[in-house]
Amino acid sequence: MTSHPRVGPLAAHANDTRHLEVDRLLDDRDTHIIVCCGSGGVGKTTTSAALALRAAERGRKVVVLTIDPARRLAQSMGIAQLDNTPRPVPGIGPGRLDAMMLDMKRTFDEVVESQASPEKAQQILNNQFYIALSSSFAGTQEYMAMEKLGQLYRDSFAHNGGNGDYDLIVVDTPPSRSALDFLDAPERLSSFLDGRFLRLMLAPAKGPVRLMSAGINIVTNALKKVLGGQMLTDLQTFVTALDTVFGGFRQRAQETYALLQADETAFLVIAAPEPDALREAAYFVERLSGDRMPLQGLVVNRATLPDDASLTAAAAGAASERLPDAPLTAGLLRLHADRALLVERQHQLRERFAVAHPQVPTAVVPALPGDVHDLDGLREIGRLLAQG
Amino acid sequence: MSSDWPHVQLHVVTGKGGTGKSTVAAALALGLASHGKNVLLCEVEGRQGVARMFDVDPLPYAETRIATGLRMRTRSGADAEPGNVYALHIAPEEALLEYLKMYYKLGPAGRALDRFGVIEFATTIAPGVRDVLLTGKLFEAVQRNSRNKGARTYDAVVLDAPPTGRITTFLNVSESVAGLAKVGPIKNQADTMMTLFRSRRTAVHLVTLLEEMPVQETTDGISELRAAGLPVGGVIVNQVRPRDLPDDSLAPALAGTLDAEAIAKDLDRAGVEPDPALVSALTAEAKEYAERRALEDAQRGLVAGLGVPTYELDRIAGGIDIGGLYELAAELKDQGLA
Repeated sequence: MTSHPRVGPLAAHANDTRHLEVDRLLDDRDTHIIVCCGSGGVGKTTTSAALALRAAERGRKVVVLTIDPARRLAQSMGIAQLDNTPRPVPGIGPGRLDAMMLDMKRTFDEVVESQASPEKAQQILNNQFYIALSSSFAGTQEYMAMEKLGQLYRDSFAHNGGNGDYDLIVVDTPPSRSALDFLDAPERLSSFLDGRFLRLMLAPAKGPVRLMSAGINIVTNALKKVLGGQMLTDLQTFVTALDTVFGGFRQRAQETYALLQADETAFLVIAAPEPDALREAAYFVERLSGDRMPLQGLVVNRATLPDDASLTAAAAGAASERLPDAPLTAGLLRLHADRALLVERQHQLRERFAVAHPQVPTAVVPALPGDVHDLDGLREIGRLLAQG
Repeated sequence: MSSDWPHVQLHVVTGKGGTGKSTVAAALALGLASHGKNVLLCEVEGRQGVARMFDVDPLPYAETRIATGLRMRTRSGADAEPGNVYALHIAPEEALLEYLKMYYKLGPAGRALDRFGVIEFATTIAPGVRDVLLTGKLFEAVQRNSRNKGARTYDAVVLDAPPTGRITTFLNVSESVAGLAKVGPIKNQADTMMTLFRSRRTAVHLVTLLEEMPVQETTDGISELRAAGLPVGGVIVNQVRPRDLPDDSLAPALAGTLDAEAIAKDLDRAGVEPDPALVSALTAEAKEYAERRALEDAQRGLVAGLGVPTYELDRIAGGIDIGGLYELAAELKDQGLA
């Protein structure tokens, strides 16, 4: 099995090309998972969809898992409504492309149903704490995205020896720094399950009062005071019920974590040429390296690139001042000065990033004047990504 | 110009990621802090963006003075004495400990809760609690009470809020605790908070760009806020492209029929070598610009149709520094948001 080269601290030898070769990544049959991460508003979902489409049209059997796509993106793929089940995108060949959107609550419910007996599952599904946790808790999305990824992977590869419905899974992550919270999921669940909090919650149900330490007494009294007796009882029921389910959940989270570290996975960090977005990108790069995740490269979207006008911003600005009677040409010169400044600034930002992270291959995608509305728009983005 | 929002004590600034909501929140705080007013700028997402924008050390969980408000002339022409901008980085763990201490006098017991992992559970695993803690502290900063002795009172509080997609859930604290606490102290506190958030003392402003996705999110965000009974403030259109080309040149620029010869002559007059490659590059840039302007104008029409006051901020080509923040603050003051 030939694996694609690792970059970062794990690279066997320094990678001298700094250009991200998108097509090589997509064509490599040993690439089974591509994870796109980055801060909000950088075009992450569009990039995920464009990569998935390009891979499908290069012969791969692809499913793209999006987290929160704009309705328009679903429509651009010819799908009225995205949900928790993969739906085929029409008109793709020679490969195939399915698209789906994570339904956090549905996915969580399925985990509970698969792990607990029917009565126990029902008890959990009806608990107020569970309902709130599964539908509104900010971190649930990250955990469930990974749970869904694990499911898709098991269905396509592990259980079917690579003969499942898909040979490539493209994952879009939630738009925040917490997108990488899933990396903490196994550890966090373990510390929760083995921690004192759980024992504290389970204690009144299990042991006689005299066995409780004075510390536990202080804490339960404090909780009772703040939450009220009824709420504390609800919470205890919830934690007790979840105790069984979480065991299987922890094991799966650990498996998914190992899968993400494997050579068959490729992480791409998506950014825009803005200081904040690149700072977030740097954070992602550091975090992924720290967790020994196979980072494949950086995609910088919406870049303004130099064109054939070899006039500096200063020269254009000065010349426009000399044409008070020619509003059009003066305007063209101001426009150019503004653009040249932007080109310069973005170039500097990318250079600085490259100096700090020389090991990260980069693809730069120029800004398009309009938004993406259809498959052709996504194709165009894919082409620009490959050209990078 | 006088403010469009004289009753508002709590300005919540939201927006889609990448629209510059943090910049607008900071500029609004500076603008509100003119004329001797004291303003608190809060952030809740743990990114320390405020410290970076104002070039100060990372903020602790304590109100810290970070800047002097916008300096303005009074009507008589004299300089008005500006107020101060303070900043607070609200972290849920510390908010919870402070809450337990303030309301339940649970100093040592609070530490015991921490040891037993209760604080971690409440702030990272327990549903919705995180948001309630953040909004709870925000509420306390707006409506100071006797429990927080010696605390500074502010003329206005500005929140650099979570993004548009999450803002309604974030502020709708009654909803988040409703399923959990039907009676009791937490329920009562959530209801008191909601009374403030739903009143005219609060305004939720939305920052957008003149692009399809952010405008769509703004539209959706406004309906969600209204459905939840939360007061919609203004829409701030950020990073507006400079209007460099005369309006009557936009159509020919788009069609590619600009007079290349006349442009070459003008360039020559201005002392620029009228190289044909340069002329065609300039007209190509003009076409790209005209395309974007057309899209922007269509989006501006949609924003105007939202039926809320709108404010426009020009794009600053060199990027935002502290000087840029004051420039934007003056803009917001002029237009009446601050």
